[in-house]
Parts: sequence; structure tokens; C-alpha cells
Amino acid sequence: MARYLARRLFFALLLVFVVSSSALLLTRLAPGDLTSQLGITATREEIARTRERFGLDRSMPAQWAIWVRHTAQLDFGESFLYNRPVRNLIAHASASTAALAAVALVLATLLGIPLGIFTGSRRDGIATAFVRGASVLCLSVPPLLTSLVFVWIAARTGWFPVGGMTSVGAADLSWAAWMSDLALHLPLPALALALPIAATIERLQSQSMSETVHEPFVLAALARGLSHRDLVLRHAWRVSLRPVLAVYGIVIGALLSGSFAVEYVTSWPGLGRLMFEALRARDIYLVSGCAAAGALFLALGSLISDLLLAAADPRLREGDPAR
Amino acid sequence: MKGVGFALLVLMALVAVAAPWLAPNPPDRRFPDQLFAPPTPVHVVRPDGTLGGPYIHPGVLVSRLERRFEPDQSRIVEVRWFENGRLLSVADANAPLLLMGADGFGRDIFSRLLFGARLSLTLAVVSTIGAMVIGLLIGGAGGYIGGAIDELLSRVSDFVLVLPAIYVVLALRAVMPLVMPERTVFVLMTVILAVVGWPSIARGVRAIVASELQREYAQAARAVGAGHTRTLLFHLLPATSGFLGVQATLLLPAFILSEATMSFVGLGFPDQTPSWGTMLRDAANVAVLGDVPWALAPAAAIFVVVLAVNLVVQGPGSAAGVPVRPAG
Repeated sequence: MARYLARRLFFALLLVFVVSSSALLLTRLAPGDLTSQLGITATREEIARTRERFGLDRSMPAQWAIWVRHTAQLDFGESFLYNRPVRNLIAHASASTAALAAVALVLATLLGIPLGIFTGSRRDGIATAFVRGASVLCLSVPPLLTSLVFVWIAARTGWFPVGGMTSVGAADLSWAAWMSDLALHLPLPALALALPIAATIERLQSQSMSETVHEPFVLAALARGLSHRDLVLRHAWRVSLRPVLAVYGIVIGALLSGSFAVEYVTSWPGLGRLMFEALRARDIYLVSGCAAAGALFLALGSLISDLLLAAADPRLREGDPAR
Repeated sequence: MKGVGFALLVLMALVAVAAPWLAPNPPDRRFPDQLFAPPTPVHVVRPDGTLGGPYIHPGVLVSRLERRFEPDQSRIVEVRWFENGRLLSVADANAPLLLMGADGFGRDIFSRLLFGARLSLTLAVVSTIGAMVIGLLIGGAGGYIGGAIDELLSRVSDFVLVLPAIYVVLALRAVMPLVMPERTVFVLMTVILAVVGWPSIARGVRAIVASELQREYAQAARAVGAGHTRTLLFHLLPATSGFLGVQATLLLPAFILSEATMSFVGLGFPDQTPSWGTMLRDAANVAVLGDVPWALAPAAAIFVVVLAVNLVVQGPGSAAGVPVRPAG
């Protein structure tokens, strides 16, 4: 197990390294650089000074080598746009995105698993058909559209704030007031992100459950006189969980992709928006920093998903849980 | 349900093809007095209670500040069928037929939606074909040749597959010049989407080709003297057609959504070009959204396409083993 973990961590680091390095080199290769942000009034000397400050006067390999050395010491360079260390910016944005993604994931799980157990363990009826229909509908509403419609509803009804993570001036609030302010801003973006994922989980759980209830061991348990409830929740569910847990590795990617649209539409100050701004401004170290943070999310997500799988299925605990 | 999905997709394709004939107005025609005008109701019952051909009351701007429009009940403008090369049109150029209202420039949203379908759907279809060609070539080569080359190609496709696609698309597009003509944008987006979309296809094709290669018919083809290229192209790749069909239906909505997202954040088509993404961008201003829900029409269009695809692949009686993944 320890060897397996070590290998997985190594590959996680490799992913982060490759993704952030490519982001750096790609930004460097792009036409124009961050000095265009100085505006047309900038003098030649100012431009040269800024280039030097951000290492743009060096050759690409040289700049990359210096960046790698600094990154190894967790110094991600400085952002030109915000004039602050990239590390602080990324820490904030990652926390915002993580909060949004975590709430969305919990919502999706709480909706998807019970409904999937319900539709998978019953014969077709009106209720299961309704849930299945709702599920296919939710599968078809990408977060970009849902968040737009939610913003419209918020603007129309005034029940929820239209955008942002906190209200203006929230920094001065007490901790409890800040939390309740956040709690008001969170539901719509989180729901927009969660709906298609909830539908994915529901469909998988339903499929897996309906296959499991036809296994011989379920019939045997039925013969021993177990109630329907015990049978489904205690015995069949545990076995049916494997394909559902396996999809969580993919879901992390879907969460990151979806959160870009949601963050953009609802002005959520997360990683996706930050990276978009950085890309447009050619803010080179901020771009690679955001890419590193995103890759880290991805790697950790798939690692956790694999560990959960191993915990749920004893057969996988020996050897390599990935295969 | 599967049939409903297919029917919706075919309908969308037909609408896109027939856009110039179906659209009541040119997509870039501006009606300066109709900024944010609501949808024009079409009546068939005349004021005197008799039934007649469809007609409209022209919408008149009552208050520019409140963006309030009221139908001019005293005037009746006939809706004409099959004239000027259009299915529906009105005789009076100052009383436009706005079936889904107008946007902030006074352009007909319904007509833009139809022309947008052309661009958005064509882009998605061409990108899907591109991704399939790349996937077939790389997956086919890997599965057929095997060994170190196969290993390398598999690693590369696994790597691309892991990345959240929209960020790769975003990064690749953002490092290009921001302002480009429509045609260049189209080609560039097609290439980017194909480059991001191929790995899922290559992976499946590789597995199918590698296993089919062991079958007797493949051995027989080689034995009677078919060359490597011939064996791969005419004997092995046809076995992947079922898989390709399923993958194509999964990539299509993802690509439509990618275009929408890119244009929405200003990295897609130029603002004046009608595509579903640029129209969503026009609609996104919150102040506009609150009063002008009809600007969300392109969102409904995207939803219908994605739903149709989901009905086709998820519906009862669909092939088992189709991966369930949320769009976007």
C-alpha cells in the first residue's frame, strides 16, 4: 500500500509539473506579453524594466529553469495584474473553488445516491419514471445554462444575491455574519454545478443497483427472510457502489470544467476566473500557478476516488487499485 | 424516447439548413425603434371576431426609459406566406415580425437563433469529424503496430484525457490573437476542439483494433496478401463503427457547449456574428436578463440539442455500457 501511495503521489507531482510548465511555455509563446497591459503611454524604458522584472528578457529555457527552481521552493513568482505574490492569489482562489466544488459534490451525492437506489431497486412505476425523466433532464443542463437561468431568477425575484461569493463590505462582518452571507451566495452556483453530476450519479447508481438485485446472493438473502429495506440498503447497496465510486475520479474533472462557467457567470472569485483573467493579460506566472493548482485538484481527486474504491471493495486492497 | 431524440436532432439540422428561408428577417438587420422589444404576438382572430390569415399589431415604443412597448391596436399588418424567398414575412418594414423579440441592437432574436444554429452546429459537426479522424489514425496505428509506439500514444492520449477539456480549449485559444475574422475563428476552433476531443476515440479504437487483430478474419486477410494499410483500413477499422457512432453523439453536445462557452467569454466568434455563444454573451448582462428573458432563447436551443442527444444515448433500449457523463 505504501509503495502504491508513493507511486501515485509521484505521478500526481509529475502531472502538476507538466501542466504548469506547459502553461508557462504556452503563455511565453503567445503573441504579445504582459507589458501590453501598461497601455500606450508606457515609455520604452518602463517596458524594458517590466520585462526584466518578470524575466521576459531572458530566453525561454532560461526563464523556465529559474521558474522551476523557485517553484520547487513554493515561490510561484509575482502576478503583474494584481501586483501580489501568485501564491496568495492562488490560495484564495483555490479556497473559493474548493468550497463551491465541495458543496456541489455533497449536493450531487445526497441527491444522486438515494434516488439511484430508489429507481434501481424497484420495478418500473410512475415514481421511478418521474425520477428517471428528471435525471435525463438534469443531465442535459450544462452549468453554463443553469447558472445563467439562476442569475435571471435571482435578478427577477431578489430571493438570492445575483453574483459574487460575499456581499460588498463582508470583510468587516463578524465570523458568524460572514458565514451566513456566504451561505446565501452559495446555493445557486453550487446547484448549477451539482445538477448534471447528481444526474450522472443517479443513473450509474440505478444501473448498478438494478444489476445487483439480480445476483444470487440477493436471492439467498431474500430466502433467509430479510425485509426489502434491509436487503437493498445493507446488502445490495454496498456491492453496487463500486461503479459509482469509480466515476468520482471523472467527476472531479467535470466539477473543474463546470466551475469555470459557473464562476464566470456568477462572478465567483475562483480559480477558473483567475486563470481566464491571467491568460488574457498574459500574466505568465499567474497562469502557470493557476494551472498547477488545477492539476493538483485533479490529481488529489482521482487519488481520493481510488482510495475510496479500495475501501469499498476488499478485493482491490491487494495490489494496484487503479486496474 | 430514442425516436423523439432522433427526431429533434433531425429537426435541428433541417432548421439550420433552411435558416435563410425560415428566418423572417436578416440576422444582422437592426430595427432602431425595437431595442429589447418583446416577442410580437401573432393573431388570427380579427377585431370584428372573424377568423382570417395571421396578422400582427406593430409594437410601438411607449417609454424608452422603461423599455415599454405596446401593440398599436389600430393598425393591422398582414403576415404573408412564401414571399421574398421567406416562409413568413410582413409587408411593412417598420413593423417587423419579431417572434422571439429583439436584442439590445434591435436585431431579431429568432432569425439570429436560426442562423446561429447553422454556425454552432456546423462547427460541432466538423470538429467531431476532425476528432474522429485523428482518433482513428492514432488509435488505429497504436492498436495495429503495438509495442513502444502503442505505449507512447496511449500515454499521450491518457494524459490529454485527464485534463478538464474546457481549460485546455481556453488556454489554446487565449494564447492566439484575440481579434480574428470569422472564418479564421471557425478554422481555429475546429482544430482546437478536434485536438482536445480525439483521445477518448483513440482509446476505444486502439482497444478494438488490438483485439480484432487477433481474430481469424484479420489473419486471413493478411494471409491472402493484404498489406498493412489495407488490413487496417478495410478490415479492422470498420469494426469500430458502432463505437464511433456512440462517441460522435457524445462529442457533439460537448463541442456545441465549448463553442458557447468560448464565445460567451469573448474568445469565440466576433460579437456581430450570430452564433449561440455570442447570443448568450449578449444576454448575459444581468440588468438585461431581469427584464428580457427572451434573450435566453439560445440557452433553450442548446438545452434541446443536449437533451435530444441524451434521449438517444440514455433512452430505454440503448446499448449498455454507454458511459454516463455530464455535458461540459
